[in-house]
Amino acid sequence: MDRYTFLEKFFIYSAIFIFMTFILLPFVEMFYASLRPLDHLFRSPYQFYSDDLSFWAYREMWNTVPMLGRYIFNSFFLASSVAILTLLFVIPAAYSYARFNFPFKNSSLYILLAINMFSGAVLLIPLYKVLRTFGLLNSYQAMIVPGVAFLIPTSIWLLKSYFEKIPVDLEEAAFVDGASRVQILRHIIAPLSTPGLVVVGIYAFIGAYAQQFLFAITFNQKKEYMPIPSGLYEFIGYQSVKWNEMMAASLVGIAPVLILFIFLQKYIVEGLTAGAVKN
Amino acid sequence: MNKKLRSFNSPTFLAYALIAPAAIYILLIVAWPVLETIRLSFTNSSLAGEDYVGFENYEKMLSSKKFNKIVTRTFVWMFFSVSLKLIIGLIGAILLNANLRGRSMFRVLIMPPWVVPIAIGMLGWLWLYNGYFGIIAGVGMHTGILDGPFGFLAYKQSAFISTIVADVWVGTPMVTVFFLAAMQGVPKDLYEAAYCDGASRWDRFFKITLPQITPVIITMSILSAIWTFNSFEIIWILTEGGPRGATTTLIIDTYKQALGNYKFGRGAARAVVVMILLTLFAGFYLALLARINKKISHG
Repeated sequence: MDRYTFLEKFFIYSAIFIFMTFILLPFVEMFYASLRPLDHLFRSPYQFYSDDLSFWAYREMWNTVPMLGRYIFNSFFLASSVAILTLLFVIPAAYSYARFNFPFKNSSLYILLAINMFSGAVLLIPLYKVLRTFGLLNSYQAMIVPGVAFLIPTSIWLLKSYFEKIPVDLEEAAFVDGASRVQILRHIIAPLSTPGLVVVGIYAFIGAYAQQFLFAITFNQKKEYMPIPSGLYEFIGYQSVKWNEMMAASLVGIAPVLILFIFLQKYIVEGLTAGAVKN
Repeated sequence: MNKKLRSFNSPTFLAYALIAPAAIYILLIVAWPVLETIRLSFTNSSLAGEDYVGFENYEKMLSSKKFNKIVTRTFVWMFFSVSLKLIIGLIGAILLNANLRGRSMFRVLIMPPWVVPIAIGMLGWLWLYNGYFGIIAGVGMHTGILDGPFGFLAYKQSAFISTIVADVWVGTPMVTVFFLAAMQGVPKDLYEAAYCDGASRWDRFFKITLPQITPVIITMSILSAIWTFNSFEIIWILTEGGPRGATTTLIIDTYKQALGNYKFGRGAARAVVVMILLTLFAGFYLALLARINKKISHG
């Protein structure tokens, strides 16, 4: 195939630079703001240069918002619980879709896709009432229960495509040899599908981490259960916003998800795009 | 196939039993609330209690000028946001598909807006849009485009545009990644043949790449229309639907009515409108998907 001329290369790299600037500017600026003293931030017009950059805000933020550690823990706890619960519901369902033929199989799969299109925001009113009826408002469950429901559909689709890759002959051979279904599950399916389970679990974790805000501001008023996104609003004071500390805390809050994603992005992207693209 | 194998492959009861937990969960947390929303929309439900009021909520809603404005605004907002996501996503995918050094690094670097919780990304945008201290106003003032501080979220029109830009920022990475995956799925021999026939890079893009990825472009436009329509956090955090309602879309209005004023009945009527529109989108999407799949399986 033909190569790019110098001019073409220059043009493409410049365009990529503009594109990346748009995508990364908020993060770069968040990081820069987190390193600057507050009085440097509060200069108008904007000063591009600061001479005393430091990680001071990363220490001070724990004092300004004493519960910050708790919020970060909550975010993790909520996202992990949602991910584990999602997997528990999704594994048998995805296996069933991948292996068996039964009436309404395809139509129910499409219904799952359609459910995916309903966001939590539309159903907040009845969810609020359900959670109130069961006395679950202002608790971890208030954020976990709805969180799981909205991750089940995509997770079933994702995991189903992993299960389909495991050759059915293996299971058939074992079955003919007299292995029980439980034995097949333990000795054949489980080991072979571990990578798939990890990817779907991480997808659910990231999804749960991202969707916490809506459920948290609506269903939970108690500080001790707040996840990091709603906890961050405590940096907004009566007098002024401590932007540098808020940005520092934001970056600390998203770092774990970003790191997870960077290591596993190849698998997650492959899994998610497979459905749309494989044909 | 022997009898034992057949019973292995078509155990309807087992199949349903395995799906049951997930199905029941979704019925309880998604399907039942949908029905409950419809029922509530015919009541004046609030924290105090509820009475059946027939179509009153709908009549009031549909006859209010404000609501009609909100619907129009929602579609205008959606139109700009979705078009920009698709255009920027396509350009981004073309750029990152070029066989140049560093492209696998760029492909990872475009992901953060997609992965990071929206609520946190929006804090970054709040700071960027700050009229006095933000970098955008700063660049404007240094270059003389702005003659003083300018709060991007404080004026009707600029807030409308600013929320669109932030929404595009959140949605573009996913569109880019899907387009990129589609481009890489185009059979290489098509390009090689065209190259041997002397087709220019331009020709190859318009005659091979574009037609080959059209199904994905169509799918993505509907999917991103649905997600954009559902977009709540972005607007809520940046403007809460303001200033003076300038960024209040249907979803924001539903939320404000229901959980801002605790007028569940009125909120539910709005939610029903949202659900009807979503069902239309979803039906359109599924019909299209079925057609694309059929086409592929037939040739």
